[in-house]
Amino acid sequence: MDERAYLDHAATTPMLPQVRDVWLEESRRVGNPSSLHASGRRARRTVEEARESIAANLDVRPSAVVFTAGGTEADNLAVKGLFWASRSASGANRLLASAIEHHAVLDPVVWLQEDQGANVSWLPVDGVGRVRVDALAEQLGHPDGVALCTVMWANNEIGTVQPVAEIASLCREAGVLFHTDAVQVLGHLPADLGALGADAVTLSSHKIGGPFGVGALVVDPRLKPTAVLHGGGQEREIRSGTLDAPGIAAFATAVEHAVRGQEARSAHLLRLRQRLVEGVMAAVPDAVLNGDPGTGARDRLPGNVHLSFPGCEGDLLLMLLDAAGIDCSTGSACTAGIPEPSHVLLAMGVAEGRARSSLRFSLGESTTDREVDAVVTALPGAVDRARRAGSLSVKVG
Amino acid sequence: MRVIAAMSGGVDSSVAAARLVDAGHEVVGVHLALSRTAATAGGSRGCCTLDDARDARRVSDLLGIPFYVWDLSERFREDVIDDFVEEYRRGRTPNPCLRCNERIKFAAVLERALALGFDAVGTGHYARVIAGVDGPELHRAVDAAKDQSYVLGVLNEVQLAHSVFPLGDSLKSEVRDEAETRGLLVARKPDSHDICFIPDGDTAAFVRARVGADPGDLVDATTGQVLGRHEGAHAFTIGQRRGLNLKVAAAGGAPRYVVDVDVASGTVSVGAPELLDVDLVEGTRPVWPGRPLGSDPIAVLAQVRAHGAPHPGIARVEGDRLVVELLEPVRGLAPGQAIVLYDGTRVVGSATVDATRRVSA
Repeated sequence: MDERAYLDHAATTPMLPQVRDVWLEESRRVGNPSSLHASGRRARRTVEEARESIAANLDVRPSAVVFTAGGTEADNLAVKGLFWASRSASGANRLLASAIEHHAVLDPVVWLQEDQGANVSWLPVDGVGRVRVDALAEQLGHPDGVALCTVMWANNEIGTVQPVAEIASLCREAGVLFHTDAVQVLGHLPADLGALGADAVTLSSHKIGGPFGVGALVVDPRLKPTAVLHGGGQEREIRSGTLDAPGIAAFATAVEHAVRGQEARSAHLLRLRQRLVEGVMAAVPDAVLNGDPGTGARDRLPGNVHLSFPGCEGDLLLMLLDAAGIDCSTGSACTAGIPEPSHVLLAMGVAEGRARSSLRFSLGESTTDREVDAVVTALPGAVDRARRAGSLSVKVG
Repeated sequence: MRVIAAMSGGVDSSVAAARLVDAGHEVVGVHLALSRTAATAGGSRGCCTLDDARDARRVSDLLGIPFYVWDLSERFREDVIDDFVEEYRRGRTPNPCLRCNERIKFAAVLERALALGFDAVGTGHYARVIAGVDGPELHRAVDAAKDQSYVLGVLNEVQLAHSVFPLGDSLKSEVRDEAETRGLLVARKPDSHDICFIPDGDTAAFVRARVGADPGDLVDATTGQVLGRHEGAHAFTIGQRRGLNLKVAAAGGAPRYVVDVDVASGTVSVGAPELLDVDLVEGTRPVWPGRPLGSDPIAVLAQVRAHGAPHPGIARVEGDRLVVELLEPVRGLAPGQAIVLYDGTRVVGSATVDATRRVSA
């Protein structure tokens, strides 16, 4: 199909033309940013200018920006590195994490629990997938002390925006380090990290029109997370490994674009989201919108639409929409391709059947009315077929 | 046609999918996740592992077809594994591959495919479906050594009408060569053997772990003399010779075989191989893909195991039972096995063996 409808921007986004130009331009040059000669100095200048640009756009100090090879690495560095550093300093062995974290946070937390003996308290969420601040406040006062708290800024599956400013402030009062994964937020919501007051924030390049394999942990320069990668001592010895000058320069260009155009983008996404939700509800009246039902961008990522279609299996719907030229997601991927019910929906108290019946459409800057309308057109037929396949009313055996 | 290609990740189903694409069908590759136990997470036994899913996905990439994994592990556990254990518990010898074809591949998968708007399910089985005057007919594959019509003998005409077996006219060696020519990385993968959900091949241990120990006597089938003890009658199969642990030697050191398994009394009878010879076979649950057999006897060729020889006989139906008189006795036929009837290369029907006797002297 020539003109597919790409509605999976939460998975990855098309690379911006200006990003591609910067990347190609930088990739023509030679030089390791750690080398002392002229070529190395030039590459170093590229990296440092990128760092300064990102810091300026996010209102943080350049020294706070630690480049990584993507969001997963930044999350691992934050969760493991800050937990280890904090535990060594204070002796606190407790870790607080929301039950709806992305696997890049969830799995390191589970690993710390199972392999490193951390005591983990999972923070519950309400029916729309928002972390219960009362439960957090209670845990922060735990007599054993808390080494780290991590709560994502907005959920990647259902789009619910978390009260991170409030959580950051509570953590600050309790003297607990706070990390938040902002991968889905950058470019979609105002992301003034300086004002937020979190100790560490995860960013990813390919979710905002940048190249794959680049990300950053923005971490308070007074903190030193224990390194996960050891080697040449780059990035203040927090993250060793040769710096990817072209990727980092391209990432900085993408961040600039994401931050500068955020307001207009958000308005564009809100309009399309409303068009999609209203269109689907009219075409498939028993569809259920999961997550925060608010129509603004404050409570829900403006590009996120997460729906359950009772009686359908999400993976069959995905397959039928794929055949109809539509790219979307069931929300959570699994390496073997065997769909598991989403831990996010289960944490919200959604029944397993409804959890398995859901699809995520995530809109981006390049999304058009045509793409949204393609979903609305294709869905009723797909839902009908998936329902028949689900009920297995056709008996041949 | 719109076809679901069931792709195990092996060479046969890969070439079958490629041929479906070449034939101009709209093909979607589907890997069936049939088991979710840790034992299937790694290592290749030729079926159902993560490596196999990845192989199937790579073949689909190469063919340019969409690919999905369908999780049918729950249906598989209920319809195949639980049934397998239950049959052994009852002292019978089931064929799980046949059951999987009957209940999973050409039932659960086919039903889902049809509901989703597909026309057929294609697999890498070696068998042929030929349009006959009374509807689709199932025939033996051209490659006699690989022929799998026996394990497909349980399919009815509706299932056959929606089944495509692109390898039925080919030799296995040709299929391997073709995989090589097409650049499929699975070309030199070993064939799958044994039972996919028993990766270590120890069926007796698998069954014992699920049924539990139920000790009983091993007795001489002729004299009734107790020759030893066993841990559970369900671990024995008629015709079995090894692992009997008999404490009393046979006269003249003649080999002894399991000739009867009575789960109710826990008695396993052993005796001379001649005692295993039967020439009257009765079966239940008959399936007739074409015109059903009536009470008028017809001459057939009967096959009682997956790669066994065909035995000439006379078949008739009595009520809902199939009765087959064999011209020459067959040795070691256990209840639970399938008997598939052929007319030349065509599958006439099948049934599950339920009782056997020796009639002629």
